[in-house]
Amino acid sequence: MNKFKIITTTLVLSLVLFSCKSSDNSTADMLSGTVKVDGSSTVFPVTEAVAEEFGKIHPKVRVTVGISGTGGGFKKFCIGEIDINDASRHIKPKEVKKAKENNVKYIELPVAYDGLSIVINKNNDFIDYLTVDELNAIWKAGSTMKMWSDVRSDWPNRRIKLYGPGTDSGTFDYFKEAIIGKKNNIRSDFTKSEDDNVLVTGVSGDKYSLGFFGYAYYAENKDKINVVPIDGGNGPVVPSGKTINDGSYTPLSRPIFIYVNPESAKRPEVDEFVKFYLENGDELANEVGYVGMPNKVTKKVIERYTKRLTGSWF
Amino acid sequence: MIKNNLKNRKKIDSIFKVASKIITWSSLVVLAVLLYHVSITGISKLSLDFLNNFPSRFPHKAGIKSALSGSIWMLTFVTLISVPIGVLSAIYLEEYSKKNRITRFVEINIANLAGVPSIVYGILGLAIFVRFFQLDRSVLAGSFTMSLLILPVIIISSREAIRAVPKSIRLGAYAVGATKYQTIRHHVIPIALPGILTGVILSMSRAIGETAPLIMIGALTYVAFVPETVMDPFTTLPIQVFNWASRPQAAFHEVAAAGIIILLIVLLFMNAIAIFLRNYSNKKYDF
Repeated sequence: MNKFKIITTTLVLSLVLFSCKSSDNSTADMLSGTVKVDGSSTVFPVTEAVAEEFGKIHPKVRVTVGISGTGGGFKKFCIGEIDINDASRHIKPKEVKKAKENNVKYIELPVAYDGLSIVINKNNDFIDYLTVDELNAIWKAGSTMKMWSDVRSDWPNRRIKLYGPGTDSGTFDYFKEAIIGKKNNIRSDFTKSEDDNVLVTGVSGDKYSLGFFGYAYYAENKDKINVVPIDGGNGPVVPSGKTINDGSYTPLSRPIFIYVNPESAKRPEVDEFVKFYLENGDELANEVGYVGMPNKVTKKVIERYTKRLTGSWF
Repeated sequence: MIKNNLKNRKKIDSIFKVASKIITWSSLVVLAVLLYHVSITGISKLSLDFLNNFPSRFPHKAGIKSALSGSIWMLTFVTLISVPIGVLSAIYLEEYSKKNRITRFVEINIANLAGVPSIVYGILGLAIFVRFFQLDRSVLAGSFTMSLLILPVIIISSREAIRAVPKSIRLGAYAVGATKYQTIRHHVIPIALPGILTGVILSMSRAIGETAPLIMIGALTYVAFVPETVMDPFTTLPIQVFNWASRPQAAFHEVAAAGIIILLIVLLFMNAIAIFLRNYSNKKYDF
């Protein structure tokens, strides 16, 4: 019967521990408590870097970061389950409505830029650049572009193979909105994967392929794939730290956000974390393959947070 | 006529033998290739630091401490929750319950539950344990969800083990005046124990490798502390490995491989315990 003794002791012990867990986060010098972050896996590397650095200064504060996706994170954020949501797109009207129903407000804070990169195989020698119109013609629903020669007549008569992130990702949403438009549909006959590394492998093994994903995945795989300069009306531009930062890589550079619940921001540990995020986010974003924002934008973002301005910015 | 037939049958016999051999070995080769690939990639990252560090944005500093401890915490509570419930249910269904429509209904449902995709348990866990019982994204919520997932397997394998105990043993015990409880406690359970243990360990191995239900209930990816109570947030080995594997940096893929090696070691260790316990009890109750 020894086993049952162990079981009951452990259960009782765990209950005792549970009831003992008090919430004394009032000590001024030693900040403690929990900051709950969830949301986009695209923003995750930046938030993780910030949490890591923050943990060195405030070791007693427990920062947890999940990756439920932008939409999954908003589901939790809008019912007040988490303090901060990582988002790779704006909050949707549906989500705003849900938040209102639950009396949750939000402060929208852009923290870095990401440049969606259009990539091709290393051995692809015919594509010098693509215009936004050409991208639209290739990717829109019911597209007649089956062969590369349909795009430009001097390109080879080979089948276009398309790769892209799954339809649940914020990256996909942003690409669709920027290239296809809000109302129209994107074609569905492309190879989808939630894991961008799979897309890298796919494009690098297929000479006539075309794919898109976040800049970090291109930057880390420059030896395997090539990036296509994009002409958004002012001549072809290659995505790089500089062109994404100064906004010349358009329309495919996008801001990534954190959404802060102003109720949570009243807690000192959350407040400190957000301030730390805004002050150091740009530098840390560069370290993990994203592009920090220009200083004057960062200043505005900090101001916005200090004033606790809720609602959407743009 | 008969001779020809014999020749034919012998031919089929040898073809069947070769085919079975090829199929067995080819699956082993796939496993070997996988293991080789993972060890080659990950072995250089394995160190005490790797076990002792928390996750980091720098691949050389990233460690598995929070994930390993989270997995161990969860596994402990999964065992505490699912083994008593599973084994006692199996005993009830095999030894006590009357074979009527209700028990048959229960049996069919348990068998069906064993085939439900794990993500469904995640949705259930999110609704019941995380939200309704307000356990939040804690070790306890994760353990309850995982217990639900593996209970059907434990019940089914325990029942098989109990059913395999010869009827003569029970009748012998009754004959010398033992009560039903005494019979079960002193004869049926000890004899069925190896089978029960095998089922328990197999389902534990499943629990340690599952990610989908945990991601669903919102177990986290970045956790830089070791859980101290059952109500603390946690992360587990497969979640951490999944996160590293999907990073753009190749160095993180090596870290992921190292994480897989740790996961495999934990699994092998658990299987070793199972084999040890089985051999130990086999010797004691031989008939």
